[in-house]
Amino acid sequence: MRRDGLVWLGAVGLLLGSLAGCGESNGGVAGGDEGLSGRLTLVGSTTVRPVASEIAKRFEALHPGVRIDVQGGGSSQGIAGAKNGLADVGMSSRELKSEEASGVTAHLLASDGLAFVVHADNPVSELSNEQLEAIYRGEIDNWSAVDGNDRPITVITRAEGRAETDQFLDYFEMSGSDVVASLVAGANQECVKQVLANPDAIVYMSLGLAAFEAERGTALKLLPLGEVAPTRENLVSGVFPVRRPMILVVPDGASALAEAFVEYALSPAVTDLIEGQSFVAAR
Amino acid sequence: MSPRVNDTVLTAGLWLGAGASGSVVLLIGGFLVWEAWPAFGEIGFAGFVRDASWHPSEGRFNVVPMVMASLLAMGGALLLAGPLGLLVAVFCGWYAPRPVAVVTRRVLELLAGVPSVVYGFWGLVTLVPLLGRWRPPGASLLAGTLILAVMVLPTVALLSEAALRQVPGAQVRGAAALGLRRWAVLWRVVIPGARGGIATASLLAAGRAIGETMAVLMVCGNVVQLPGFDSGGPFAPVRTLTANIALEMGYAFGAHRSALFVTGLMLLAVVVGLVGVASRFGSPRPRKWVRQGVAVG
Repeated sequence: MRRDGLVWLGAVGLLLGSLAGCGESNGGVAGGDEGLSGRLTLVGSTTVRPVASEIAKRFEALHPGVRIDVQGGGSSQGIAGAKNGLADVGMSSRELKSEEASGVTAHLLASDGLAFVVHADNPVSELSNEQLEAIYRGEIDNWSAVDGNDRPITVITRAEGRAETDQFLDYFEMSGSDVVASLVAGANQECVKQVLANPDAIVYMSLGLAAFEAERGTALKLLPLGEVAPTRENLVSGVFPVRRPMILVVPDGASALAEAFVEYALSPAVTDLIEGQSFVAAR
Repeated sequence: MSPRVNDTVLTAGLWLGAGASGSVVLLIGGFLVWEAWPAFGEIGFAGFVRDASWHPSEGRFNVVPMVMASLLAMGGALLLAGPLGLLVAVFCGWYAPRPVAVVTRRVLELLAGVPSVVYGFWGLVTLVPLLGRWRPPGASLLAGTLILAVMVLPTVALLSEAALRQVPGAQVRGAAALGLRRWAVLWRVVIPGARGGIATASLLAAGRAIGETMAVLMVCGNVVQLPGFDSGGPFAPVRTLTANIALEMGYAFGAHRSALFVTGLMLLAVVVGLVGVASRFGSPRPRKWVRQGVAVG
């Protein structure tokens, strides 16, 4: 019994030792400016996520000791995560609300727009604001009323509390209960899947992601909004009506590694990555 | 190590293991109540059943349409998968040639192992457009019910077959010796004998159906409404309790977040109810049958 006990004690000791070792190598930054190493977690907006992943890959290539984990979850989750320590850096595709802004610093990474998207096979290629509002209020329920096919419109709205939902409702000065929808979608990628699966659907989503998908040959069509074409140029010049900020949220007292990553993400070194996904870099 | 010490250590370990697994459930329940409590204070229980709609940002928290959607999707799936599963079980155990039965069983086991997101994806790209061509938008209670039926079919079939096999051979041989035909033996002796096991199989399937999230999230459309006749009946899009949590948890805070924990609590209550009924149905009967079987055999 005693000998067994000793063996057990030894095993537990070894386990604890190795755990402590893990703890040391995690999170912190070792070495000087060129020797960055450690682990970073980014959480938040599914709009910011793809571009943040690209930036993270390039940052990892520059600093082989760094591992960056980029997770979705939505803007609110990203901001909350940066505050409660679940994320080293939060991602948001909306401005921070006043009650969210304490204890964190928001850095504008890029700008995006809100685009209305239909299937590429849909003959309708423009809708006025009045028509869009009527569609989302349930007053127009067939594409034939807006010079389309004689098919019922599948109106896709977004889950309550999402950045896109709030921006859409603000723009049309509607409230959530005014919307008569046939479907409610979550993440931006889900919108793409829903529209591809249903040629009679219309959805509002991240302009950058939709344009990126459309350029890669996905059967999506972006509609002009307020007679302004949904292009990068119109986002840059500021004439596109709905602009969405893409924000990195850094908690006060963040690690040097997190600060270094954010500094890199805001530098001109990644502008090509941001523009490659049809977003507009902040600088 | 003396055998007595060994035994003490083992017993302590078993107590510890069982206690830990048991307390996890209690901890989850406690956590849900803790997180849901503010919502009960702020909104009150009446708000969850009497508000005009589910629009948390406008302070409306009616969950009844989602409870109904969950129950209807589950009930519909059981109605489809239950009889079909029993037929498959009877076929495998009694009518199929041995190789066919083995292959069928393997296919069912495979079906049980397919991740739910795969069913959901298949539903989204195949089933929903198919239904949509007939009755738009396609994503609907019916689509969810069909996907769930496919998902729980292996549970019903495999567990029912196990229940049929547990009916003592002595009874079967006895019935055959009385000159009953195969169908009569099945209908009068085997299926009544396995009733408890079949009921348990259905209730476990019900538990799986009501807890399923990913697949229903992808095919049900997620509009919060009662699937009434004016909105298209089974062709109306609906949102289940599980889909509601998955869809809104990332973006909810304050009373909204707390209200989502209330929906989680409701789900837990339904599952506890199902397990309770299952254990009432399940245990006493088969034991009696087995004992009699041993006595006769």
